[in-house]
Amino acid sequence: MFLTISTTGTPARPATDLGFLLHKHPERAQTFSTTHGTAHVFYPEATEHRCTAALLLQVDPAALLKKGRGTRRDSSPDVALARYVNDRPYAASSLLAVALGAVFRTAMKGECRTLPERAAAPLPLRVEVPAVSARGGSELVKRLFEPLGWSTVSAEPVPLDEQFPEWGESRYVQLALEGEMRLSDALRQLYVLLPVLDGAKHYWVAPDEVDKLLRAGGGWLADHPERGLIALRYLSRRRHLAREATERLELVRLADADDIEVESLDNAVEEPSGPEPGDLTDPDAGIELGLGTDAVAALGTLADTDTDTDTDTDTHTGTNTGTHTDNAATPSTGTGTRTAAGASTDAQPQPQPQPEADADARPDARRDPEPGREPSLARQRRDAILGALRAAGASTVLDLGCGEGSLVRELLRQPGVSHVTGVDVSVRALTIAARKLKQHRMSERMAARVTLTQGALTYTDKRLAGQDAAVLSEVIEHLDLPRLPALEYAVFGSARPRTVVVTTPNAEYNVRWETLPAGHVRHADHRFEWGREEFRAWAHRVGARYGYGVAFTPVGPEDPEVGPPTQMAVFTMTEKEAA
Amino acid sequence: MTGTQDAAPLAAGGRRLAVTDLSLVVLVGATGSGKSTFARRHFAPTEIVSSDFCRGLVADDENDQSASKDAFDVLHYIAGKRLAAGRLTVVDATSVQPEARRQLVALAREHDVLPIAIVLDLPEEVCARRNAERPERSGMPRRVIQRHRRELHRSLRGLEREGFRKVHILRGEEEVDAAEIVRERRYNDLRHLTGPFDIIGDVHGCCAELESLLAALGYQDGVHPEGRTAVFVGDLVDRGPDTPGVLRRVMGMVAGGTALCVPGNHENKLARWFKGADVQHTHGLAETVEQLEKEDDAFRAEVRAFLAGLVSHYVLDAGALVVCHAGLPEKYHGRTSGRVRSHALYGDTTGETDEFGLPVRYPWAEDYRGRAAVVYGHTPVPRASWINNTICLDTGAVFGGRLTALRWPERELVDVPAERVWYEPARPLATAAPGGREGRPLDLADVSGRRVVETRGMGRLAVREENAAAALEVMSRFAIDPQLLVYLPPTMAPTATSEDGEWLEHPAEAFAQYRDEGVERVVCEEKHMGSRAVALVGRDADAVRERFGADGPSGALYTRTGRPFFDDPAMTEAVLARLRDAVTAAGLWDEFGTGWLLLDAELLPWSLKAAGLLRSQYASVGAAAGAAFPAVEAALGAALARGVDVGALAAGQRERAADAASFTEAYRRYCWPTSGLEGVRLAPFQLLAAEGRNLTAEPQDRQLEWIDRLVERDASGLLRATARLMVDTGDEQSVRSGIEWWTGLTANGGEGMVVKPLQGLATDARGRLLQPGLKVRGREYLRIIYGPEYARPENLRRLRGRTLGHKRSLALREYALGVEALDRLAEGEPLWRVHEAVFAVLALESEPVDPRL
Repeated sequence: MFLTISTTGTPARPATDLGFLLHKHPERAQTFSTTHGTAHVFYPEATEHRCTAALLLQVDPAALLKKGRGTRRDSSPDVALARYVNDRPYAASSLLAVALGAVFRTAMKGECRTLPERAAAPLPLRVEVPAVSARGGSELVKRLFEPLGWSTVSAEPVPLDEQFPEWGESRYVQLALEGEMRLSDALRQLYVLLPVLDGAKHYWVAPDEVDKLLRAGGGWLADHPERGLIALRYLSRRRHLAREATERLELVRLADADDIEVESLDNAVEEPSGPEPGDLTDPDAGIELGLGTDAVAALGTLADTDTDTDTDTDTHTGTNTGTHTDNAATPSTGTGTRTAAGASTDAQPQPQPQPEADADARPDARRDPEPGREPSLARQRRDAILGALRAAGASTVLDLGCGEGSLVRELLRQPGVSHVTGVDVSVRALTIAARKLKQHRMSERMAARVTLTQGALTYTDKRLAGQDAAVLSEVIEHLDLPRLPALEYAVFGSARPRTVVVTTPNAEYNVRWETLPAGHVRHADHRFEWGREEFRAWAHRVGARYGYGVAFTPVGPEDPEVGPPTQMAVFTMTEKEAA
Repeated sequence: MTGTQDAAPLAAGGRRLAVTDLSLVVLVGATGSGKSTFARRHFAPTEIVSSDFCRGLVADDENDQSASKDAFDVLHYIAGKRLAAGRLTVVDATSVQPEARRQLVALAREHDVLPIAIVLDLPEEVCARRNAERPERSGMPRRVIQRHRRELHRSLRGLEREGFRKVHILRGEEEVDAAEIVRERRYNDLRHLTGPFDIIGDVHGCCAELESLLAALGYQDGVHPEGRTAVFVGDLVDRGPDTPGVLRRVMGMVAGGTALCVPGNHENKLARWFKGADVQHTHGLAETVEQLEKEDDAFRAEVRAFLAGLVSHYVLDAGALVVCHAGLPEKYHGRTSGRVRSHALYGDTTGETDEFGLPVRYPWAEDYRGRAAVVYGHTPVPRASWINNTICLDTGAVFGGRLTALRWPERELVDVPAERVWYEPARPLATAAPGGREGRPLDLADVSGRRVVETRGMGRLAVREENAAAALEVMSRFAIDPQLLVYLPPTMAPTATSEDGEWLEHPAEAFAQYRDEGVERVVCEEKHMGSRAVALVGRDADAVRERFGADGPSGALYTRTGRPFFDDPAMTEAVLARLRDAVTAAGLWDEFGTGWLLLDAELLPWSLKAAGLLRSQYASVGAAAGAAFPAVEAALGAALARGVDVGALAAGQRERAADAASFTEAYRRYCWPTSGLEGVRLAPFQLLAAEGRNLTAEPQDRQLEWIDRLVERDASGLLRATARLMVDTGDEQSVRSGIEWWTGLTANGGEGMVVKPLQGLATDARGRLLQPGLKVRGREYLRIIYGPEYARPENLRRLRGRTLGHKRSLALREYALGVEALDRLAEGEPLWRVHEAVFAVLALESEPVDPRL
């Protein structure tokens, strides 16, 4: 990976002063050993008119691997193939930032004993990085660098492969910055923003990143309009580290076996896209991220931006064979900021349907909806389910496809509920659910009321028999249609609770989601979405076959034309069957 | 069988006490009566569970009476575990109180074994003397013995009423000392009989049909010339025209030792009628009574005795076969209790009745996972078919269906049609055998948790819990219907690492390895660089429905993890249609006598399925390198021009740039645009299975002949041939030509080749399974795997340290499991058995192993 910094000068203020400012002699090629490989500094040109310093980091892939392996239980090279063939040696990323910080440490501080006044003053600078890993593309690059005072910010996208133009652009841009800037500011910006742009997750980064961010951000970050985003993405790498530590390597290997990305298998739980702005001021969340309280406080000021933090943060992520997070309706920008989907038209008399959550919403509700506002669809759905269970007098309840356990938690709060069994096929979802329920800290009495267990509804499961009720909330649509009869038999034929509550999206309503392209389903993992008639026909057929009566309830604002956003069926075992 | 056997000492020796070989023996006697001594003399130490010992376990003191409750919990637990495992258990405790015995009787019933009481009734003085001799009991007050004896004597008369099926009472020291224990086999235990058997379904008085069937089976007047034994599953009587004739024939054969018979519910009812019970003359009993009344008293007495002596079920042929009337779950096999008999006669009834007034039967066979085949009748079905290793032979002869027999161990069905409808059925026969379709019989317990799968090739193979959990996630969220997912391909080990030169992998090692393992002939097959695809192709959708039970598709095309290859089912069907045409043109349906074929193949191009990975991973690396290096080279060139000492650095960077360019070239070879099926190629390289056959055992040259025929007859252009070369591992010339062949393949950018033993299922001299193939990948191809710069000498040096052990073991285990799945499929084993092996392959794929191998 490669970076050049150029400046221009006059005989009075020669460009070669750059050598003093960087503490690197323009006539020599120098080599430094850094954490991730060898850094070379040399000057392709060094005249009084124009001087360019080049930093070339030769990554040692073997060293990179060793870093990553340190956190593993065993030291066998058992990780994803992606570790072995990757862009780290070529594209500027967090690794280059680390090298930058090591090789130009003094320059970054703005210290120069020989020419202190030049170090303190802006220079005409041109920074070029031929390949910058930039998730978010040139648009994000401009949003990040332009507010910093560069006169030209150019970010040319690099095509993936010119022989296959249909593959489109790569995630790399060719970056060039030009403007009057203090050298130390430029270096510190790069130090922070290269990792922010990179957003890589599978690679090792150094700890104590908060301190580094605060230090390197001094003087420019506090006033940056995207400071919230920058802090988020910079620190989200810590979260990725946490994810990596618990990564389901088994699923990584299965994905490898199929030549697919692990995200297409291990997607039962929505990828945590990093902390939210709110998290940074929330000591609990901050501490969960491993940040000290001082750091949390300091970050709070940084994160307090005008980012829209009002969210309906409730998603029931369920996988029973699938995951449910109804958030794909909002195209994710992947930037961690909220897109104002559907929120810009508040003036309309009828409340505009809100997508149930944004891509980076934390899937648990921390805040109650504001008074006077329609509660979220997820909230309404949950209330409808709880109401149906109450009406049925259910005491023992199965949450089939419990996901991260938000419904399990609500159920445990219900006075009439004596036991809740959360079943999900995703071990990761169950782990998160257990953590969110704070299962390990529960009193024995409460712990005795809840069981979380791995299960798959395409198999019969004797452990699920003998319960009062089962909930399939936003679950059936995560099954391929041909597999649905297996679920029907497992739930209605084998487990046979007296009451079964099923919710699923109403496909007819999709035309009302502003952000959902026509003909699309609400979530990438939805294998089908039914209109009202299809759902009713299915429910009646299942009911008739297994001896259940069915009642239907709309959930969410019912549209006269297309019905409610969510449809709910409550199956009740007929008297004869129940006898 | 039941009865109190009182003291009646034999002249020579002592009393012989019958003890059923699987039972719960309860010793009853006061403290000091010598129970422990008696137990030790007659039973193995591990068969005895004593309350004193359990008291010691929980309280460190065998006489701590305050620990009794916990001690008995432990005692019951241990005894329960032993009985569940089918082991005779002796409880050594005083058991003089009815409550104590009640718990033990309940325990015996819970495990469906006989409770047997052996009472040691010794005088107070003897007990007191013995206690006095034991220091820890010497202080025991006399009144304890007195109380025990009082309680004992109050109990003696009621022991049978309490539920003990045998009660032996021994009085006095002499009788106790002289007693002998005789172990008796259970009546239902005929494991020593190995047949061969002809098991015959419900006859229901259809005498003519029975005679025809016996003749068809080869019996001459009730005797088979080859010594076969007929086994009747019950319901000989009622409804039909000649119940006495049927009884006469069967009773004669049973008496003559050429037949066994278990009772059906109709025999049971008839027996109760004989005893004078008030039974309704419904469901055909009226006809039987009428027919029997025409017979003489002697015959009726014979029938009555015959019915009274019928045993509810039999375990035969070393435990491999269980015959009963209405089916029996595994935990009841060989057990003796009222509910076992009831299940054997009536099936798993829920107590409900259906709209025809007939009892609702629970589909017990769906849950059946036993290794013994259960052959039964009772429920009329249109056709006898296996489900989970059980088969119902009642094909409704009396209702105008057929009378069916099963030859064992041949597992052949023989049947004769009914001469007419003798009796109108109360409900139509159209219902299928209990369970069956819809993928219903799969249960989570079949796959989850740590499991051991028994394979023919490698014995017991373990699946770890975390791997099973991952497989469950993928199987249930992404895979196709398990009914169609009858196989997953194993991973393949690379050849041993090349020790020198510019190669990491080279054919010489592969040839040498097989030569050393005693394999003379190997086939080198071109490795197609695409994505692995398994194709199940049916002659049509009906053939697939018929064999696999999946409604709709005419086959399946799936990946290594069981996912559908194409998201769009129409694409799958389009590929299958072309493949089907080729199979038809090649005449393979008839050649294999099959309605379906399972093929292992590679689907090309790689970019079709791996597009996501290509973009995010491989092309990205190329793009980043392509963008970075020109700038690096320009800068270094400029620095060099002005005399800065960067010569070595510049040379190094030039080489790296060249490596990166080669990397891009390497992946590009496996990418080309497709549109619909245009540009898509399928390269089949092995036929895996057809109806009743596991084809992996076939030699590779025959396999390739079949494949060649398919490719030749394919008019659509879908199929791609596989280049190959035979090599004799012992012939230097031949080995050299193999190496040259590989060099040519890979020089042109080919992925490489696979070296396979010519014989299928090759083993070494000691009979151990050998690797079914070794991959030898090309030098350029390996850049995609090991990175652009892997071939530089310093990197090669490091990479040569790779260890292959785990990969080889994994490849072999997955191979054995895959073959096992196909064997089970070929033998028509239940779905859960096939799925178990397939699931295990998927689970093993998530084991930690170097992904580059």
